[in-house]
Amino acid sequence: MLEQELIDRKSAPKQKIIEALLSKDTSVTLSEDSLDNEMILNMGPQHPATHGVLRVVLRLDGETIIGSECELGYLHRGYEKLAENMTFHEFIPHTDRLDYISPIANNVAYCLAVEKLMHVEVPRRAQIIRVICAELARISSHLMAAGAMGMDVGALTVFVWTMREREKLYDIFDILTGARFTVSYMRIGGMAQDITSECITMIKDFLDGLTEATREIGAMLHKNRIFIGRCEGIGIMPPDEAIDVGWTGPGLRASGISYDLRRDEPYLIYPELDFNVITRTECDALARYFVRFDEVAESVKIIRQCLDKLQPGPIYAEDAKIVLPRKDEIYTSMEELINDFVLVNFGQAPPKGESYHAIEASKGELGWYLISDGTGTPWRSKIRSPSFVNLQGLSRILEGAMISDVVAIIGSLDPIMGEADK
Amino acid sequence: MFAFDDIKSYLPDFTYEPFDVTGTIGAIIPREKIRDVARIIKEQFGFTNFVDALGADRNERKMRFEVIYNIRNLQTKERIFLKVRCDERDLHVPSVVSIWSGANWHEREAFDMYGIIFDGHPDLRRMYMPDDFEYFPLRKDFPLMGVEGSIPLPKGSEFAVRMN
Repeated sequence: MLEQELIDRKSAPKQKIIEALLSKDTSVTLSEDSLDNEMILNMGPQHPATHGVLRVVLRLDGETIIGSECELGYLHRGYEKLAENMTFHEFIPHTDRLDYISPIANNVAYCLAVEKLMHVEVPRRAQIIRVICAELARISSHLMAAGAMGMDVGALTVFVWTMREREKLYDIFDILTGARFTVSYMRIGGMAQDITSECITMIKDFLDGLTEATREIGAMLHKNRIFIGRCEGIGIMPPDEAIDVGWTGPGLRASGISYDLRRDEPYLIYPELDFNVITRTECDALARYFVRFDEVAESVKIIRQCLDKLQPGPIYAEDAKIVLPRKDEIYTSMEELINDFVLVNFGQAPPKGESYHAIEASKGELGWYLISDGTGTPWRSKIRSPSFVNLQGLSRILEGAMISDVVAIIGSLDPIMGEADK
Repeated sequence: MFAFDDIKSYLPDFTYEPFDVTGTIGAIIPREKIRDVARIIKEQFGFTNFVDALGADRNERKMRFEVIYNIRNLQTKERIFLKVRCDERDLHVPSVVSIWSGANWHEREAFDMYGIIFDGHPDLRRMYMPDDFEYFPLRKDFPLMGVEGSIPLPKGSEFAVRMN
């Protein structure tokens, strides 16, 4: 009895997905030739080319896709529920696990959102370090996207080369934050520790080497007939539809809309920096690849300017009710000990209200909508994740494509399921 | 600069209650008006880019749930927030998918997490949770540790044995 119930429960979702697929157009013409008929193909969630646990159910006519449905939630960990049950600081390590390709940018986005809610601004040196971190994360993510897209269409070498460069980035993060992958570097009102001169030298060396590495990657791909042939003219997203579906980031800019939160809704020290917003008008998968590739060079420019602007100074905002005290102060001063106890156990108490802050992360607009009831835990913490919204356009651009293009189109969207599933 | 009073020239009986999202303007509007207001701000004021929609549980006796829409004008770089509220006994909110198709998955997520039913939504299924899940996990009365037995576990696992 119980087993039968379990089987029924298991088959019910599949039934609903197939029903949803079929509801679009249920007329199926059966012909004599068995290869002539439409078929439904399940791709994922365990598939090497879906960049994680994305499941796409495709409806095929021969090799042409005539409809598709995305299924998300295989990596849903309920971070919004968790956030409501912990203090603002405790959630910072969880932001690393959202977009795990660029964790440090998520730290920056979350801390900026909380600081906006609490009306705190970090000192200038901390702002510059945050920009450097966010741009290093963008380089890391874009290299991964370029490499993975190359791998998806058969250029495995590029993937190994981009991973080599990212390995150097991990070494930098190791020196800067003490961890290679899940960094948890930012704190509300500042960051865990200051940047060292050793780390600055490493960043400079990395940037010098990166110019040569991107030239090599470009030489490998940009005149490669197979790569261009596989990616050109597929997954076309017209500009008005890109806006309508809510795309942000490289996807939107590859559709000819020049919109970048760093320039158009500036935060940190971005207004002082000189950089270009890369825009392409081809709207296809190759354009999205090129936008990312060119943005790496812009990020290098930004980091170089930031390193020039970096002056000695404090890295913490001066507000004992919000910013965690330094460890050496906790063990020597009574006042700091009390503050540390209160902040760790009960959290910061922001004023009642709501706030929204977004940054231009590597995938697009990454924002937090926070509702506070005046206590140490957020009442509601909504993550506006770019991968989730970008995937929403997938069904639209898959229509009419060939089945072999699916991996290239998914690769050009660069979805990270940790972020899309929250 | 856009102000919500401008809508009155297109919709004379438009009433709203302003709210502030740390510097950005927002308006709480009656839920039966949301589709009219959405169409006007999209077509007349150029708010074409649908950024986000989220549900929230206010945990109050009246008007327990709310939906917040985050909309942007790409030309003027303005951002506004709209909010509609609904009661626990009447969980219906008109869907805005026909105006901004980007609202599709966000509304599905709000339905998944809070059980808010969006009337006129083309495909209102759960977004993240299994389709046969019976609860709405982001409601404040749903426990953090989950409900025992709400998700069937593989047979033979320790948990399943304990349940039998």
